[in-house]
Amino acid sequence: MSIFVDDDTRVVVQGITGGEGRFHAGQMIEYGTNVVAGAVPGKGGQEVEGVPVYDTVDEAVEAEDADASVIFVPPAFAADAIFESLDTDLDLAVAITEGIPTQDMAKVNKRLSETDTRLLGPNCPGIITPGEAKLGILPGNIFSEGNVGLVSRSGTLTYQVVDNLTERGLGQSTAIGIGGDPIIGTSFIDALEAFEADTDTDAVVMCGEIGGEDEEQAARFIGEHMDTPVAGFIAGRTAPPGKRMGHAGAIVSGSGTGTAQSKIDALNDAGVPVGDTPEEVADHVEDFL
Amino acid sequence: MKLHEYQAKSIFADAGIPVPDSRLATSVDEALDAVDEIGYPAAIKAQVHVGGRGKAGGIKIATDREEAEEYAEEILGMDLKGYTVDSVLVEAGVDFVDELYVGVTMDRGEGEPVLMVSTEGGVNIEEVAEENPDAIAREHVDPAFGLHPYQARKVVYEAGVDADVALDVASILSTLYDLYEENDASEIEVNPVMITGDRDVVAADAVMNIDEDALFRQPELAEMAEASYEDDLERKAGEYGFDYVRLSGNVGIIGNGAGLVMTTLDLVDYYGGSPANFLDIGGGAKAERVTQALDMVFSDDNVDAVVFNIFGGITRGDEVAKGINEALEQFDEIPKKVVVRLAGTNAEEGMEILNTDLVEVEKTLEDAVQRAVKNAEEVTQ
Repeated sequence: MSIFVDDDTRVVVQGITGGEGRFHAGQMIEYGTNVVAGAVPGKGGQEVEGVPVYDTVDEAVEAEDADASVIFVPPAFAADAIFESLDTDLDLAVAITEGIPTQDMAKVNKRLSETDTRLLGPNCPGIITPGEAKLGILPGNIFSEGNVGLVSRSGTLTYQVVDNLTERGLGQSTAIGIGGDPIIGTSFIDALEAFEADTDTDAVVMCGEIGGEDEEQAARFIGEHMDTPVAGFIAGRTAPPGKRMGHAGAIVSGSGTGTAQSKIDALNDAGVPVGDTPEEVADHVEDFL
Repeated sequence: MKLHEYQAKSIFADAGIPVPDSRLATSVDEALDAVDEIGYPAAIKAQVHVGGRGKAGGIKIATDREEAEEYAEEILGMDLKGYTVDSVLVEAGVDFVDELYVGVTMDRGEGEPVLMVSTEGGVNIEEVAEENPDAIAREHVDPAFGLHPYQARKVVYEAGVDADVALDVASILSTLYDLYEENDASEIEVNPVMITGDRDVVAADAVMNIDEDALFRQPELAEMAEASYEDDLERKAGEYGFDYVRLSGNVGIIGNGAGLVMTTLDLVDYYGGSPANFLDIGGGAKAERVTQALDMVFSDDNVDAVVFNIFGGITRGDEVAKGINEALEQFDEIPKKVVVRLAGTNAEEGMEILNTDLVEVEKTLEDAVQRAVKNAEEVTQ
């Protein structure tokens, strides 16, 4: 079982005629995802990877009965593409694009709060329910079906931890990359809440990193609301304060908030064991199951 | 991207925010010409991208020509927290009776811009925020609607700003919000806003940080971007456009994705080594990026061994392998041992291409890191 996506999910790919859109639409289809349409302004009538392309998301949804979208649109046009998916009232929009201006995302977020659509990302690798569907850029072959839920702020770290899990025979129910930007749609707490409610998720892994206070808030949520056991991992222990490590989220403020240690402490306080290595995270999950 | 004070002030002045009369000077002669025009007292302010300039000796008030010359000589060319001062802003001194802090930034927790006002201006506002958060009044702005003028008034009154200057301060704040929006700022603040004996308000400092992701639609600001680097390696990283942070250790680290690269750093430390750098080649890197990344770490004299950790999603293992081969085949002798770990998208294709005569290969992250740490130890012994 799974959360947010399964083999009934019908996907429209926004930006399917671009290099990344085309490649990953192909990868998604190969994985078995129901990619039913593409949407690119001015490219209506074309076909990519055997999938019909429409000029608007509306048309694509209308014609192909899509209920989710994956967005591979360059940063300058990405916020507009997300707005379009929100106005089409999809169940789920997954924004892969990295580098969307923060003020654009603040506006998107405002609109999002007025809709029933779930937004994943931006700047995220997407979501996968192994054996059923993947929406995004995650490498399908490292995942396996199972009962471990995973939520992470970092794409490549997600792959790393999944690799360690799969290696041990610990399959995943759903793995979600929520993205590393300062303003994102789905939060750790949203994902954890859904995993807690999912009867087929028996353990959860939460991968966080330095910057912001999302992990601390998630830790409080786990302590107060979750019976499903959670194991954690926090990247950035060796990061010096004040330096931006890659994307906007990963910066330790000078005043000591948002550090790896404050996140690890918060998780430990909530009864969540935090691995020193991805290998140790898999150890903890093994102990749970 | 940070703007210099003089750049931010010129944007402020164009928008109608009162700022002191000022000139930019890059030599002592120019500074003296500037004070001759402006008069005394005059502030000589180092234009470098570091905080706490005043405390570090980068801001001095000259009361006569002799002092102006002395301070200009002292500050121009000085090393301020690792950065050389190439220019100073010479600015008319403001005779003030009170100081305020006003600012606009993004509250990432709320996903909304927030206005901030404090009557405890003129000091380190971060310390105020930490020790006495109630001393800063805040008002969130709906980013879809923008700022309503009443909100600026409300937060100014809430902060306890004197009634006779409150509306002028609110007007500055409204203008700051407009500038924040128009320029895609991530942060914009004035600390202090000075209130003179005549009850005029003047923006005596100006901080403006721009969201780099938005520079595509801010061509004028993009032109103001002035790289400031602590060393040649950071300069090189800037030219290549890498996310790079130099650290003090000797194990060079290259990877894709901030989370995985940070994890690689953490593991180097965990297994007893010491990371020399953070270098993220980003998503979807092609062979050329990989070559540039290896050039970066090989250029760092502190690096004794390298670990290359790629977990492909949008990045493809075959592209990475091609880049590693191309980079290393240029050398008769490879300067530092390179351990490669390739996983994820097209990793198998990558492993087939990878020239294993030139690199060591490990299958897992843990093994790759431990081997690199060992390689570094062997060099230092």
